[in-house]
Amino acid sequence: MIRKNWWKILSILFLLYTVIAGFLGPVPARRILNETIRNLYFHVAMWFCMMILFIVSLVYAVRYLRHNRIGDDIYSVEYARTGIVFGMLGLITGAVWAKYTWGDFWSNDPKQLGAAIALLIYLAYFVLRNSLTDRDKSARISAVYNVFAFAMLFPTIWIIPRLMDSLHPGGQGNPALDTRDIDNRMRLVFWFGAIPGWTLLAIWITTLRIRLRQYALKHELHA
Amino acid sequence: MSPTVLTLIRKDILLEFRQQHSFYGVLLYVASTIFVLYLAMGQPESPIWNGLYWMIQLFVCVNAVAKSFLQESRGRQLYFYSICNPAHFILARMLFNAVLMLVMNGISLGLFFLLLGSPLVHTGWFVLISGFGAVSISLVFSFLAAIASRAQQNAALMAILGFPLIVPQLMLLMRLSSVAFSDVFQSGWISMFGLMAGFDALVIVLSLILFPYLWKD
Repeated sequence: MIRKNWWKILSILFLLYTVIAGFLGPVPARRILNETIRNLYFHVAMWFCMMILFIVSLVYAVRYLRHNRIGDDIYSVEYARTGIVFGMLGLITGAVWAKYTWGDFWSNDPKQLGAAIALLIYLAYFVLRNSLTDRDKSARISAVYNVFAFAMLFPTIWIIPRLMDSLHPGGQGNPALDTRDIDNRMRLVFWFGAIPGWTLLAIWITTLRIRLRQYALKHELHA
Repeated sequence: MSPTVLTLIRKDILLEFRQQHSFYGVLLYVASTIFVLYLAMGQPESPIWNGLYWMIQLFVCVNAVAKSFLQESRGRQLYFYSICNPAHFILARMLFNAVLMLVMNGISLGLFFLLLGSPLVHTGWFVLISGFGAVSISLVFSFLAAIASRAQQNAALMAILGFPLIVPQLMLLMRLSSVAFSDVFQSGWISMFGLMAGFDALVIVLSLILFPYLWKD
């Protein structure tokens, strides 16, 4: 799928739709949220993207442990890398949103803390990788950490914030968003514009990095 | 429990008795940290007392558990790897570390009562929770020590890998133990208790599955 073009064009079309309909399209008027509700298309989509990328990274980590192919390791690490970038974007877009709805960029909300912890966990993954010099060893041990960290991350992001009081939309119940706030017009843009658009873009970025790494590996092997 | 696990635990305890310097090292670490805390804070109020207690437990755990994997020479590790099953090995290590942390927990609890005073209302409850917490933390750090022992600068790596991962459990433990400081009934502690137990089960299962990949070099 990497070298095909159709899904890249599709990604651009989805994103054009997201941006145009996201900024110009109709949204329901809600108290406090007002126009910031449009952040759904950007902030929430970033988190969806991050989770998808981390899941893909986990799948490749497991595949590496099973088959010991260095190619799987490259996939795993690059998906995690893009996942971190999207996680950071999610954190920043969330902070900007919080500034206009909660009054502050950072207010130690459980959701914000959970997000920061998730990023720290995956940054530690890269520290671990770089502290190992042997490539096979580094790949294997970071794959083990990847699986372990992912299993510990779920409670952080999905369980702990529900136990504590949060200002985040969907405080009790759904962890990501309050489904009563949005209407069907927004759902259309969100599920058929933002989520596939940003996800495809993330995969596109990742495949470029993977090809670069594969090329470097080949070069190294033949040198 | 299989006899191999018991033998391995007995070996660890025996080693601890023969190389007492490392045990006393951790003991001195506990005592001096709490003493420094006492000098800095005097006798703090209950939320601070609670927070400090768990932070101390965290640091003690990193120090006490880290040595379990980092101390061993490569040659001896290779020897263990050739004679026993990885699942038995990690299970024995986790149980041993849990016992070690329970001892350290008891000692630091005593020192806290002695130096920082006791704002507790339900002391028995706190002792129970702290023991439970010590075991949970030691399980997570046992596995992380196994990971970190494969890399260089492993002591620093333990903290980098472990601190973000342990936050959810520490938050849960602090909330659970905060019940012990007042007479106010707090709802939902059963589900929190269950969640902690679930965490422990998850860590044990993951360690059993993943450890075999760690130790073949």
